[in-house]
Amino acid sequence: MSVSTVTKTENGFRPTGASGGPLLEVDRLSKFFPVGGGQTLKAVNDLSLTVAKGETLGVVGESGCGKSTAGRTIMRLYEPTAGETRFEGRNIYKLKGAELKKLRREMAMIFQDPYASLNPRFNITDIIAEPLDIHGIAGSSKERKRKVEELLELVGLRPEHANRYPHEFSGGQRQRIGIARALAVRPKFIVCDEPISALDVSIQAQVVNLLQELQKSLGLTYLFIAHDLSMVKHISDRVAVMYLGKMVELAESSELYANPKHPYTQALLSAIPIPDPQIEAQKERIVLSGDLPSPINPPSGCPFRTRCPHATEKCAAEAPEFREVKDGHWAACHYA
Amino acid sequence: MKDNRTAAVTKQMFKRLSFRPPAEMIAGESVPMWRDVLRRLVSNKLAMAGVVFLVLLAVMAIIGPIISPHDYFTNNLDRTNEPPSSEYWFGTDSLGRDLFSRIWMGARISLIVGLAAAVIDLVVGVIYGGIMGFVGGRTDEVMNKASEILYSIPYLLVVILLLVVLEPSMWTIILALSVTGWINMSWIVRGQILQLKNQEYVLAARSLGASGSRILFKHLIPNTLGPIIVTLTLTVPSAIFSEAFLSFLGLGVQSPAASWGTMINDALASWTLYPWQMLFPALLISLTMLAFNVFGDGLRDAFDPKLKK
Repeated sequence: MSVSTVTKTENGFRPTGASGGPLLEVDRLSKFFPVGGGQTLKAVNDLSLTVAKGETLGVVGESGCGKSTAGRTIMRLYEPTAGETRFEGRNIYKLKGAELKKLRREMAMIFQDPYASLNPRFNITDIIAEPLDIHGIAGSSKERKRKVEELLELVGLRPEHANRYPHEFSGGQRQRIGIARALAVRPKFIVCDEPISALDVSIQAQVVNLLQELQKSLGLTYLFIAHDLSMVKHISDRVAVMYLGKMVELAESSELYANPKHPYTQALLSAIPIPDPQIEAQKERIVLSGDLPSPINPPSGCPFRTRCPHATEKCAAEAPEFREVKDGHWAACHYA
Repeated sequence: MKDNRTAAVTKQMFKRLSFRPPAEMIAGESVPMWRDVLRRLVSNKLAMAGVVFLVLLAVMAIIGPIISPHDYFTNNLDRTNEPPSSEYWFGTDSLGRDLFSRIWMGARISLIVGLAAAVIDLVVGVIYGGIMGFVGGRTDEVMNKASEILYSIPYLLVVILLLVVLEPSMWTIILALSVTGWINMSWIVRGQILQLKNQEYVLAARSLGASGSRILFKHLIPNTLGPIIVTLTLTVPSAIFSEAFLSFLGLGVQSPAASWGTMINDALASWTLYPWQMLFPALLISLTMLAFNVFGDGLRDAFDPKLKK
């Protein structure tokens, strides 16, 4: 165990890094979409990251930075343009047929919109039992019913609601149903694609606590995509920051928030409100000028240089390498 | 002073409680979507009148020719062109055939044609449209162009071309229907599926490893059911009317078999003298069209109450 992996489990820190080798490795992954006229939208561009077993890796970035596309490509809902994703050492884009189906039992996804992610024509039993039906592990109809009731209890819903339809539930309850569905096949790894951004703040805390409890009791590994920085800090062991389809910074959560290296991360963190009017009034806020450049035609060199307060000629000429600036702290900036 | 207080309170002093609030209870009665649709449909009086008429029509098509004391094809040249009476309930035609029996035989043909159109719409139209929308890309382009080419051939022309090789009959009309009748449905289904296939619940099913056919038949098509049924209530009456129209022109059902279209054609020459010969088939065609239309409107409102003005 290296120094960076030694942590205190009691006080909210969990082991990070290579305790048992990474569960998931994303290696120079790119996903481009053709947009007509011979142009391509570079939604995810050369993204690399690793997620260790039992860890939560938070991914943050503003709308349109490609974080959802990254999550979906990692789940192989989209075929990648280039690069690999290795799950337990196997490149998931090479898997076919039965092997791919087996992988689907090990990786699951929780979606953003609890209203769109449940089929309105299915009742709750059918929604939660869908993965069981697909993989033929439901057993008898009695067994299937029992499993669904177990899952409903696991996520804090009443088992007697199993025959109701999604429209009868609130947003938070629906998100719990989505979580129960993801858990049905006992996956090892779950991509949470902004699972709380469509919920009320009070419900957000409930759902995040549920996710953390489940992680503890079931030994889950999360890739947690979000744009709420304080929530990501709360749940993540490590945080990755994306900008325009590229990774700009990756570090342990406490390190990233205390000591951001990339100017984009610094600007993002300065935008977190502090619940104290005096500190908030004195706080220096870095306001970025300009708009997010189009991912169809990204700037040369460093993608952030058009809005960066420290940009120089070097930034336009040469794309910064994503390098380890400190032990376990990676950033893509010439001046980090 | 203030700083002391903040410094004194540390994270270590807090402990997470294991209290979990009891799960919320849903008080209302569980209402599946189809029952909600049914409730709105039943409360629509006009639509229900249409349903009642169509049910009566179907019942009479089955029992009408049986309860009549006369069959529909025997000529009785002593009793031609009789007005409605206690013996001939709807009167007789110029060959002395019982109009009551003939009307309900005509209803049988109309309903069979309507049913055939519905089956073709559901089987060919839904599956073809489903594949176009679901597979997308090149397949969609080719299949869509093919359907556009078929659609550009007038229905009447198809029937006339078929008559070159086949005897004119109800089956010729059904065959012609199966060439072009499903295209509208396939376009409706395609549009719906294009819209639905990027919904998160479809992505969720894919992330769980669902096969393409499971996604198409379990997720996409059931969610297109509303527009499918509404389209059906428009296709069926138009097929019934086409049959009557072609039979009226002599391109469809041939005597002695009875169709509403042939009956109107037979009555045309002497309708001023024997108006009941024209009245009954014309009334039934009109009422059937009306019934299907109000029923279809009612269904559309029942499936999507927001559409109602």
